[in-house]
Amino acid sequence: MNNFSFGNLFRRPEAGAFLGLIGVLVFFVVFGSTKFLEPAGAASWLNVAANLGIVALPIGLLMIAGELDISIGAMIPAGSMMVAVLSGHYDFPIWIGMLGSILLGFVVGLINGILVVRTAVPSLIVTLGTLFAVQGLTLGFSVFVTGTTSVALTADPWAKFVFGQFLGGSFQVIILWWFAITALFIFFIHYSPYGNWIFAMGGDKISARNAGIPTSRLTIALFVLSAVSASFVGMCQAILFNSAQVSGGMTFIFNSIISVVVGGVLLTGGFGSVIGIFFGTITFAIVNQGIYFTTFDRNWSSLIIGIMLLLAVLMNNTFRNMALAYRPKKK
Amino acid sequence: MTTPILELRQVDKSFGPIDVLHDISLKVHAGEVLCLLGDNGAGKSTLIKTMAGVFKPSSGELLMDGNPVEFRGPRDAQEAGISTVHQFGGTFPLMSIGRSFFIGVEPTKGFGPFKVYDRKKANEIAVKAVQEFGITRIDDGDRLIGGLSGGERQSLAIARAVHFGARVLILDEPTAALGVKEAAHVLRIVLEARRRGLAVIFITHQVTHAMTVGDHFAVLIRGAVAADFRKGERSREEITDLMAGGEAMAELEAEIEGHLTAQHNPPAA
Repeated sequence: MNNFSFGNLFRRPEAGAFLGLIGVLVFFVVFGSTKFLEPAGAASWLNVAANLGIVALPIGLLMIAGELDISIGAMIPAGSMMVAVLSGHYDFPIWIGMLGSILLGFVVGLINGILVVRTAVPSLIVTLGTLFAVQGLTLGFSVFVTGTTSVALTADPWAKFVFGQFLGGSFQVIILWWFAITALFIFFIHYSPYGNWIFAMGGDKISARNAGIPTSRLTIALFVLSAVSASFVGMCQAILFNSAQVSGGMTFIFNSIISVVVGGVLLTGGFGSVIGIFFGTITFAIVNQGIYFTTFDRNWSSLIIGIMLLLAVLMNNTFRNMALAYRPKKK
Repeated sequence: MTTPILELRQVDKSFGPIDVLHDISLKVHAGEVLCLLGDNGAGKSTLIKTMAGVFKPSSGELLMDGNPVEFRGPRDAQEAGISTVHQFGGTFPLMSIGRSFFIGVEPTKGFGPFKVYDRKKANEIAVKAVQEFGITRIDDGDRLIGGLSGGERQSLAIARAVHFGARVLILDEPTAALGVKEAAHVLRIVLEARRRGLAVIFITHQVTHAMTVGDHFAVLIRGAVAADFRKGERSREEITDLMAGGEAMAELEAEIEGHLTAQHNPPAA
């Protein structure tokens, strides 16, 4: 298909996210400076985007499939505490601690997924429950084992190199992970046949099941993916900062949902794209960090994010309707 | 007479203490349209779900080509060639025509872990399959399902079922939500499916639509076959009365008539 046109571009799920990204770039160049595009500035928002983006991608897939996972807010500190307690407090080799983090994510994801599939309880409520349960477990367990809410961790050089170094002084290595994971997701969702199943599930679960798609297994797998991604981010943070805290991570819940929605994913499922989520995450991170490059008081940043979210949703609705109404012109 | 493709013999279905279907015996032959008529709650949905493998009959048996079959799930029934198309086409509004046509059986190119979805092939086959059914307005497989009209969606779903080897097509109220023109469209496709030698089970409560395409009619009342007749054996009024539960319709009409008269001529106070 070589007949490129702007019309085609606008009917894609990521159209809104792309325009939003251009919009905020122009906004901050006009009101701030181009400094935030230079390496030192770019690092500030790329770091935020990468940590958020790794969680936002699986959240976006869950939303495309018609589900939601807010327990990631507790999974990030839980993943971070797990590696710190095992390898920092108990001096196990770092790979055991890392395995522990990932395994914890796997188990919590499995619990989320199975509860959602087996009961008719909406995933928002199920994961709200596990959000608090995991949060309580992390706090109680850490205080019980270590006596504090903050545990130091010294990772082996190789682990530090792969998961927690600063490239060029200020870029977190997790940015590369984010790029790689995004590429993997693009292949998985838009090119492999499995991606189709996720869209079908979000569009109409019963029809999807009747068409022979293993909806239950796929739902559980998506929940495992989001919990593991969250504990992975937590683990990387602990390795990067050489310590873990029981709190933090709650902001990820809203921030990831905002990124996904700005990225053009339909809240009720069935529509969206990985590259859209990627753009949405960058847009969010730029707004979040860009305020420091302007003369505005940073207290205004939430206002900008709120307005951006509303604009993005309206814009995405318009583009989606354009896509629906589309009919090729008679040749 | 030839062996029917699908036959039900004395099928009963109950959910716990509630009997939904009693002693249903039906036959449907290749190249024939069986119209299942019945009011809401008559057991039409349960009956089609039993045929489609969603429910197992409590007693009685299903035969395909004269051989008893037992479906463990909808997938089994589909593999045996029984396809159900639901009222709204059972399709995905925000997916492209090509993608939704091949849902669950995506064509791929490449090999090993690098198998990718073959969009071009999917679109081509999907568009061709629909056009063969006379819907020439669909010519771009990238269009979203949500942008199609109700009739086009039904047609697409029927074309899909036929493409994937359906021999028995169960259409669950395909015309219920459609306008007159759109409904006519769908009826034409039903006839086209019949011409191709499919056995069509057409569920409806619109007697006109049933009479247009049906060869064989069965009226369900409270879970039992109240009447089973062939084309031309009953009049439209008789069928409507049957569906409403015997002679009740005439009584109901009289009652409404009386009510209207009373309103127009209020009794002197």
